[in-house]
Amino acid sequence: MAHYRDSGVIVRTHKLGEADRILSVITENNGKVRAVAKGVRKTRSRYGGRLEPLRHLDLQFYKGRGDLDIVTQAETRDHWPQIRDDLDRLGKALTIAEAVDQVAQDKQPDIELYRMLCGALHTLHKGDPVLIVPAFLLKLLAHEGVAPALDACVLGGERTDLEYFDPRNGGVLCASHQRGTRISSAALELMRATLGGALSTVLEVQQATHTDEVAAITHRLWEYHIDRRLRSTELLK
Amino acid sequence: MYDGPVQDLIDELGRLPGIGPKSAQRITFYLLKLPKGDAQQLASAIVEVKERIGFCQKCWNISEQDLCPICSDPQRQTGSLCVVEEPKDVVALERAGFRGRYHVLQGALNPMEGVGPEQLRIRELLQRIREEGVDELILCTNPNIEGEATAMYLARQLQPLGITVTRIASGLPVGGDLEYADELTLGRALEGRRELQG
Repeated sequence: MAHYRDSGVIVRTHKLGEADRILSVITENNGKVRAVAKGVRKTRSRYGGRLEPLRHLDLQFYKGRGDLDIVTQAETRDHWPQIRDDLDRLGKALTIAEAVDQVAQDKQPDIELYRMLCGALHTLHKGDPVLIVPAFLLKLLAHEGVAPALDACVLGGERTDLEYFDPRNGGVLCASHQRGTRISSAALELMRATLGGALSTVLEVQQATHTDEVAAITHRLWEYHIDRRLRSTELLK
Repeated sequence: MYDGPVQDLIDELGRLPGIGPKSAQRITFYLLKLPKGDAQQLASAIVEVKERIGFCQKCWNISEQDLCPICSDPQRQTGSLCVVEEPKDVVALERAGFRGRYHVLQGALNPMEGVGPEQLRIRELLQRIREEGVDELILCTNPNIEGEATAMYLARQLQPLGITVTRIASGLPVGGDLEYADELTLGRALEGRRELQG
């Protein structure tokens, strides 16, 4: 079948030629779809306004011959206006989108990833939690199968005096096996809560030294495993 | 595929935006058929534009002199400064009848593509505002996500300076159909509605 329909969130766009755009869409049933939207950069394009990053859409694609499909129709499901009108939330949302773009595989269905992305953007539309980006990155790393070990020392198995964190060794270390950087018990608790089903309480935490610590550790962990930097965080500086 | 200069020209043309190998080949053979004088005119136009055109030292629009014609025009209103992404946007706004001054950022924030605040002419803009004095700064970046991010970033940077910062309105294009407008555009058009005097 040449045409197919799916719902998806646009995570990235590139300009193509005079008035076209290439979209990377995280879809519900088809994984990451890369598609060309023709003529959408013209002011009078019928659906150009919809085909921008951080839009959740019902889309119709035409299967292309190569890697790129063609967008033939687009209807909005959510556009999360609060994200677009606030630079901090926009920076966070773009970082989340960039992270998803880095891990998603072309045409490999991953409904969990799609749901996580929609959920995170919806949360950002409703509020501006301090830890949304670190929490999302941790969850995404766990989804990719590289969750850090947080309950016991990765080298000795000790469950007390866990004072260090080392991405290379995959988690926390006790005082006698010290490697990597120091981690406070408050930061460790937040990371455990994120992966242990208490995400809603983590998202209510206010800015503090230990939230900055969680953010720094999570970004280091991300860079170690994914081997790429998240450049959208620049907007948050 | 071809030898020597013919292949060189195909390769060079193929590096231009929107020109694939097939188009490059077609243009090359068109140029081969062209009278020598016409081909030389094209070549010298390319050389000349590279040699003579630079950037205006004030607004960073393209210019032949140190100052572009707009910046050196004493008739221009000095109170309002319009911030745009590209030199092409200056031409569009001139056609729309704006008669103030401009500042060209030479892009928009797009961290994923490696364009951060340092890559844009933001430092120059802040310096200019301090030196020249501006009553109103109109942010005319594109109404897409990069342009909006740039506008919000600038508004934040400019807040301590205490000048009026405005954002160009967005809404429905003249001659368009309401049913095809997306929700965000239509929402903004509704927000920006005006009273109609009968």
